Amino acid sequence: MARLTASPSRLAWRRFARRRAALLGVAIVLSFIVLALGASWIAPLDPIATSWGAIRKAPSAAHWFGTDEIGRDVLSRVIWGTRASLLAGVVSVSISLLLGVPIGLAAGFMGGAVDTVISRITDAFLACPFLILAIALAAFLGPSLSNAMIAIGVSATPIFVRLTRAQVINVKVEDYIEAARAVGNPPWRIALRHVLPNITAPLIVQATLAIAAAVIAEASLSFLGLGQQPPAPSWGSMLNTAKNYVDNAPWMAIWPGLSIFLLVLAFNLVGDGLRDALDPRQR
Amino acid sequence: MFEFLLKRIASIIPTLVVVSMLIFGLQQLLPGDPAKILAGEEQDPTVVAYLRAKLHLDEPLPVRYGYWIGGVLQGDLGESVRTQQPVLTLVLKKLPVTVELALLAMTIALLIGIPAGIVSAVGRGTVWDTVANVMALWGISTPNFWLGILMIMLFSVQLGWLPASGYVSPFEDLGANLAAMIMPAFVLGNAIAAVLMRHTRSAMLQVMSADYVRTARAKGLSERVVVLKHALRNALTPIITLGALELGTLLSGAVLTEQVFTIPGFGKLIVDSVFNRDYAVVQGVVLVTATTYIVLNLLADLAYFAANPRLRS
Repeated sequence: MARLTASPSRLAWRRFARRRAALLGVAIVLSFIVLALGASWIAPLDPIATSWGAIRKAPSAAHWFGTDEIGRDVLSRVIWGTRASLLAGVVSVSISLLLGVPIGLAAGFMGGAVDTVISRITDAFLACPFLILAIALAAFLGPSLSNAMIAIGVSATPIFVRLTRAQVINVKVEDYIEAARAVGNPPWRIALRHVLPNITAPLIVQATLAIAAAVIAEASLSFLGLGQQPPAPSWGSMLNTAKNYVDNAPWMAIWPGLSIFLLVLAFNLVGDGLRDALDPRQR
Repeated sequence: MFEFLLKRIASIIPTLVVVSMLIFGLQQLLPGDPAKILAGEEQDPTVVAYLRAKLHLDEPLPVRYGYWIGGVLQGDLGESVRTQQPVLTLVLKKLPVTVELALLAMTIALLIGIPAGIVSAVGRGTVWDTVANVMALWGISTPNFWLGILMIMLFSVQLGWLPASGYVSPFEDLGANLAAMIMPAFVLGNAIAAVLMRHTRSAMLQVMSADYVRTARAKGLSERVVVLKHALRNALTPIITLGALELGTLLSGAVLTEQVFTIPGFGKLIVDSVFNRDYAVVQGVVLVTATTYIVLNLLADLAYFAANPRLRS
């Protein structure tokens, strides 16, 4: 009986909770959030403090992950780097959602010339490979973490425009939308109160997977020197330096790379789990 | 069929026009006077005046776009501030290196992704399916520049089998060329193999339950013939279309891979131009990349059309 009366969100949660991989993803993401928020307490040393007496030291009791080319503690830099990566992932995708959903909603709901113009612009954005567009935007805006987040957010926006538009086109022909229109609701109210809540599931799935892509994109831009600027720690910029010392300090490359991999993997696992839970047809 | 081809080719024109507007618009993001910024660090007044006149900076924006696109259509993508060479010449010089890297990467991705997808779908729920899915998850979650560094550590530093960086033209020494390109191509192909595996698995699972596959089995055909001849041929069409979308990943990934392995291609050109503040080259590279991507997608659509007899009729 309880099964029959369970709400769709409760059923989705049950489906999600049955997937151990997705729960593992949640646990990893939560661990990284704790690291990011508590970096100042958890990191054993100052991430930008140099020590000329401890240059490129291998992992030891004093420096668990070793030290870098100017004697900074790699573990502390990896912990502080979590902030840049998580911030970039969440802020970039928030920018994409804030821009993409209203634009997609307008295109799908209004149709006609508005839809044609928006679709053409979306096609043009999608025609530029994601990272190349982000590099170009970051280059013209200037290298910094905030500009990298804007560049990634803007570059990922068309995906949300297209997804929202497609979902709106499917939903707007449903009977309940027709009913909402028949009782005299204005179009903006129908779009926000009746269409939007019914298209959130695919948007949540896409947003989770987009965070994974944004974390890689931020690391890529920082690796190229277009994201977080030195001496502030970022996993991508740590890897950029580490590639020059692969023969005598491999630990400099292993930990930041492993951190990117784990965080991206975790968001992918959560995204896959959410997709299965919220949209079982796609399984 | 001819009508379809014409319609599909015509459909890319508005996209190309808007792409050109976007790329032209990038210049507007530059803070301050574009002529001074484009003139580089020295900001030589003669160069600034030359750029102001060349870019028609005193004219309204739509007029400037008109001049710019007029030049682009005649092959004039501007001039590198650093080397004074035409951007098109620079791009064409670097393009073959990236094309070779991309072709090798795509070959590796196809050789890994499609068989892994078939094995995973045919052995659904078995250990092979799990292994293939874990590999796919590894592929899409690993940043390719990190994988590149790890491979350099193993194959160049530890084992000394392959060069860590550099490029040799295949026309000079094919063996040395392949030795230099195999690691970058694998790094670049790895993520695409993962995506192709997922698409292949999903498409194969769909066709494996179709009536004609059941009929083929009922006729007594071997499983090998059923899978490769009947199922795979029908599963290939969605794989072509979805796989074509990965060409963007290929072009984006090339930027990072070329940076890790110091390959003098297209990707390295855009990164070097960014740091030299050679914005005309950045614009030129983005324009050529976007146009290439659009044309490759068009070709993939045509391949899809050619591979699907129902569409042709």
